Amino acid sequence: MRLHLSPEDRAFRDEMRTFFSTAVPQSIRDAVAAHRELTKEQFIEAQRALNAAGLAVPHWPVEWGGRDWTPLQRHIWREEMQLAGVPEPLAFNTSMIGPVIATFGSQEQKERFLPATANLDIWWCQGFSEPDAGSDLASLRTTAVRDGDDWVVNGQKTWTTLGQHADWIFCLVRTDPTAEKRQRGISLLLFPMDAPGVTLRPIELLDGGFEVNEVFFEDVRVPAENLVGEENHGWDYAKFLLGNERVGIARIGSTKRMLIEAKEHARGITVNGAPLSEDPYMTARIAELENELLALELTALRVVANSAGGRPHPASSVLKLRGSELQQAATELLVDIAGPMSVASFADEDSDVPEWAQVATPSYLNYRKVSIYGGSNEVQRTIIAGSILGL
Amino acid sequence: MEFSYDDEQNGLREAVSALLSRAYGDSEQRRRVVGTDPGFDEKTWGQLAEMGLLGLPFAEADGGMGAGPVEVSIVAEEIGRVLAPEPFVEAVVLAGGLVADLGTDAQRAEVLGALAEGTLLPAFAHTEVGSRWQASAQSVTATEDGGAWRLSGVKEPVPNGARADLLVVSALVGDATRLFLVPGDAEGLTRTGHRNHDGTRSAKLTFAGTPAQPLGAGTGDQAPAIEKAQARARIAYGHEALGAMETALTTTAEYLKARKQFGVSLNKFQSLTFRAADMYVSLELARSTVMWATLVVDADGDVVAAADRARLQASRASRHIGKEAIQLHGGIAVTAEYKVGHYTSRLTAIDHLLGDGDWALARLAGSVTEHQTVDALQ
Repeated sequence: MRLHLSPEDRAFRDEMRTFFSTAVPQSIRDAVAAHRELTKEQFIEAQRALNAAGLAVPHWPVEWGGRDWTPLQRHIWREEMQLAGVPEPLAFNTSMIGPVIATFGSQEQKERFLPATANLDIWWCQGFSEPDAGSDLASLRTTAVRDGDDWVVNGQKTWTTLGQHADWIFCLVRTDPTAEKRQRGISLLLFPMDAPGVTLRPIELLDGGFEVNEVFFEDVRVPAENLVGEENHGWDYAKFLLGNERVGIARIGSTKRMLIEAKEHARGITVNGAPLSEDPYMTARIAELENELLALELTALRVVANSAGGRPHPASSVLKLRGSELQQAATELLVDIAGPMSVASFADEDSDVPEWAQVATPSYLNYRKVSIYGGSNEVQRTIIAGSILGL
Repeated sequence: MEFSYDDEQNGLREAVSALLSRAYGDSEQRRRVVGTDPGFDEKTWGQLAEMGLLGLPFAEADGGMGAGPVEVSIVAEEIGRVLAPEPFVEAVVLAGGLVADLGTDAQRAEVLGALAEGTLLPAFAHTEVGSRWQASAQSVTATEDGGAWRLSGVKEPVPNGARADLLVVSALVGDATRLFLVPGDAEGLTRTGHRNHDGTRSAKLTFAGTPAQPLGAGTGDQAPAIEKAQARARIAYGHEALGAMETALTTTAEYLKARKQFGVSLNKFQSLTFRAADMYVSLELARSTVMWATLVVDADGDVVAAADRARLQASRASRHIGKEAIQLHGGIAVTAEYKVGHYTSRLTAIDHLLGDGDWALARLAGSVTEHQTVDALQ
């Protein structure tokens, strides 16, 4: 039991802090801080800057660009990146399909995909959810039927985040409709988004943005070599992938940054002649959020230290559950601080309403997603009740 | 940053757990013990002394074991786990802690040595009716006449005040708060003890020109030292609460599996299992914060602020888990015969002995503009 960082870890933190605040262009970090939508080019520029410094995929195997860091160092890496407003390496590439290919893929697949995935030369999107398969993912109906050396894919995916930028998709498909257990009839296929028969329809969201898409497949031919691992074992790879997704999902550094912003903005707003930042109810609300965030960060440190063999600790469900709630609470706080200005979402350039207040409500509405994706919070409660409490 | 216990600490936990399970493994044993004065078992207290636990945090030169706050936290958690009524936090961490921090060489040797041996029970007489979790005395006064000090006024409620062999009493000397030692059988001291809702005991202490010995040789205000000792006790209480919350949760989960209604066990109802899952979330978040606060004590950091943070998180969790443990059981849990309600009662007492969550939050809110972020890693 020890409170302080070792001198090595302290030096590591300083190194990360310096790197993130100097090596990624300020304009990109400003866009993140302002909750603006990033362009595809900005994502790519930021990730390539990280990858050039060996900081895009530290959790991968060393031979594919990983860094063999301790869990604490990974935590510091992620935390400092979020605090500095650096866009995180694209999760679909680095947290999801990358580790799956590195663990279950063939040597050819590793060589073909991993370097390009780390450098965002290939932009991946996730073909998991379907209109009738959300939390109940195993009920997915998109099919792949073997025809000679190809799989022929038909069906539809939805909620495909940033699919409009994607070069490739990793896609769960049903390859054995007769399997006794429906989880056993699913496989994982990789194919290009410009393959004949793939069409994409953007979905406009409540905040006015186009972040997610529907993707349709009509007789899409996928070479057999693009199957990951074994046929009908896709569910195992999906579970592995979702477990990895959950570890970074608490987004503590990002919420910390929003609380810093909230305090700054509250100083600039006057209530009955005094700054909002001195209002007793407002200070108590911020203080309680700060304390809950501290509790979450300490829990994250406990969980990462106890994740044996790369498998996430069961308590990682706590991180997803509470992390999403705190992200939402921070966006709600920003709307409340903006007060009447918060309705002016799409004001013109000559508006006196500051940008942070204009984007506050769209962000708040957009962030309702965080308790839904990555295994909804109700799924997390089911996991805690079942695998931790034995209920 | 490192959250795991070493072999010696795990061994300590096993030994304490074994002793306390023998004494209170069956909740009926606790009911019997708290049914009569002094509200705890003198024999078990003696066994805790034999294991060296009552001198755990004190210097070896003062008759203690020279162990740290992590060891103290382990004992407090095991006390909470079985709801042992022995006043470990009250006597060792709080009253003993004040003597260790402020006492002269002679006072430390005399008080802490006897406390460690189990032959002297000290109690901190500080709370006054109408005061609220402050570090200073409210109306009890101390006056000096030719080098002899006398106390006047009323302290109430004083945990273990009737049973205590020695009282550490806070009193006003002008505007300053000073601490004094008063033997339990001193002349001019009237003690009226009673039972508390959680089975422990408190007392009303009336001082009428009672002779008293100043604690320590200094003459300055001792309120800051009281603040610091109370902060350490808040953190230790946090660990006692963690032990109690864990038992309340596991007992509830077991009950949900065993109890049948509508022809099925209660764990078939998602409305109940989701609430149990939320109890787990509260417990783990509180555990992280309280463990961190103990590490702050260990590193001699800002103990008062860390204690406020631990108090806030533990208070919120205690109320959540205590109330839900009863609700998820149903009527059985509000009976004296069944154990889980007693955990809620004790958690409620701990929540109010040294400051509740809103009280801690008000203090934290006062300094929220003074920092940009709260850093877990130091």
